[in-house]
Amino acid sequence: MNIIASFFEALESLTSNKLRSGLTILGIVIGVAAVIAMISIGRGAENSITGSIQGIGTNLLFVFRGGSADVRNPQPITLGDVNAISDPFQAPSVAHVAAILQGQAKVTYAGESQVTTVEGITPEYAIVRNYHTTEGEFISEEHMLGRSSVALLGPDIADKLFGRKSGIVGETVRIEGQPFRVIGILESKGGSSFSNQDDRILIPLTTAQARLFHRSNRDQVDLLMVEAISPDAVPSASDQVAQILRYRHKTKIGEDDFTILTQQDFLDTARTITNILTIFLGGIAAISLLVGGIGIMNIMLVSVTERTREIGLRKALGARKIDIMVQFLTESAALSLVGGIIGILLGWGISFVVGRIAAANNANISPSIGIDTILLATLFSTAVGLFFGLYPANRAASLEPVEALRYE
Amino acid sequence: MSDAVIQAKNLTKVYKMGEVEVHALCGLSMEVQRGEVIAIMGPSGSGKSTLMNILGCLDRPTSGDYILDGENVSKLTDDELAIIRNKKVGFVFQSFNLLPRATALANVELPLRYAGVNHNRRDFAIAALQAVGLGERLYHRPNELSGGQQQRVAIARALVNNPAIILADEPTGNLDSKSGEEIMDLLLSLNRERGTTLVIVTHDPDIATRAQRIIHIRDGEVVSEEKA
Repeated sequence: MNIIASFFEALESLTSNKLRSGLTILGIVIGVAAVIAMISIGRGAENSITGSIQGIGTNLLFVFRGGSADVRNPQPITLGDVNAISDPFQAPSVAHVAAILQGQAKVTYAGESQVTTVEGITPEYAIVRNYHTTEGEFISEEHMLGRSSVALLGPDIADKLFGRKSGIVGETVRIEGQPFRVIGILESKGGSSFSNQDDRILIPLTTAQARLFHRSNRDQVDLLMVEAISPDAVPSASDQVAQILRYRHKTKIGEDDFTILTQQDFLDTARTITNILTIFLGGIAAISLLVGGIGIMNIMLVSVTERTREIGLRKALGARKIDIMVQFLTESAALSLVGGIIGILLGWGISFVVGRIAAANNANISPSIGIDTILLATLFSTAVGLFFGLYPANRAASLEPVEALRYE
Repeated sequence: MSDAVIQAKNLTKVYKMGEVEVHALCGLSMEVQRGEVIAIMGPSGSGKSTLMNILGCLDRPTSGDYILDGENVSKLTDDELAIIRNKKVGFVFQSFNLLPRATALANVELPLRYAGVNHNRRDFAIAALQAVGLGERLYHRPNELSGGQQQRVAIARALVNNPAIILADEPTGNLDSKSGEEIMDLLLSLNRERGTTLVIVTHDPDIATRAQRIIHIRDGEVVSEEKA
């Protein structure tokens, strides 16, 4: 008997009891749909998170204070370090360095009060982060030297304070009670899911050091953003920055008092987290597929008992064990295959709807269903059908023809 | 040398029902010549069904030899027996035993499918149905056929692989006397025209008298043979 003929025979026998077959298939449909939906939503979340990390800027390195926990007398990163790293002879792989000093501050305008992130920055920040203003100008070297009380507003904070996103240049806001003249409005970077880049205020680093955020060392900065000359130069830039900082901080070998993270590190961390999430969700969904498989086994056992006489007859007519085995395995595999196909369509539908709901809530998770997910779900559901069909099929094949024929 | 298609020598069959051993056959011997029509008669509990199962290769004897069409089948495995049944035995049951969802044609094709015949399978099946006078009813399902017609389909199914013997277990038991008569006529004409060996198990004396020879069984032994 060839495979296609026995497949059609199996379908015929399954359609003779439509309600029962339908309910059995439902278990597999729900399982496969859950697996597909969970994996695709997980993938969508991963794409969204990695996308927003990549949106920060390419070729970037982040340098923080503090390294291995047991370093004695760790030194802060200072503007002196920034100048050394900016030197193209000491660090040829580095294109630009932006220094940042940041904190939370209360911002007021005409009775309107907001607490937001204030970053003291150097002019290179515009290049490194690829920032543009929608009106006004960026913070310049003169502002730095003069410790000017000027501020750039993100579009969201501007909207909160002024109720509008333009025509604000020249107004004065108070940050922690001190007046700052607004010299520009930043373009929108889009709401990223975990930190709103549009709800922040930028001021000159020197101003922040002198007036706003007092650190133990006046020259201190919190964070360096280093742009390498190309994506390939990121590792060598990292080495050069590390070398300069070790020399300037006079640290012992293996006792760095700073940490360098590349964008790749962030991406790896984010991917690890979202992968765990996807596996977790997929695992829960797989349990429902397992339950569906047990449903198949149950129905096939009932079916074997019901058709004992038919099995006896087939054996009398010359069916070998393997023939009966194949017949019942084909039926359970057909059940789970049909369930799998419907489940893939349903899962695709669910993830599409979830994507739409997320988009309506500005979360921007676009679920992605790869061909690998579909293959996995199909193979897995058919395997479930075969596995759970094995016991009933074997039971059918092992029936004694004499007793099976006599069965009422 | 006699042309015996069935040679049974000293067949015994013992069933274990818990602690008790039931001797269904006690050293039964018999022979059936090729092309012969014989009837096996006996009261219930005589071992008739057990003999039928062994002759049909559905079961193995506990001891003794059964040579079917020149092959000793008493020690074969389940799957080997399945192949023998497929090639050498055609069954006609009292309750027809047709697949209810399949057409007459598909029912008759079934033994050919298990034989691995893919080529001309339909043609063979159609020829068999025509031989039993159902050439016009190929695509009817069993519930669309009368009892007599269903039994004809079963006979066509038994015939389609050109078996060495046809075993009929009360072939007219579920039929009215007129259809029963027709079925017997059909079986006997197949025997005359094709030389098919026919073994009929029955307790209806009217049926048995139409055979060439009647074997009476009681308590697992042959008690008498008579020429009809």
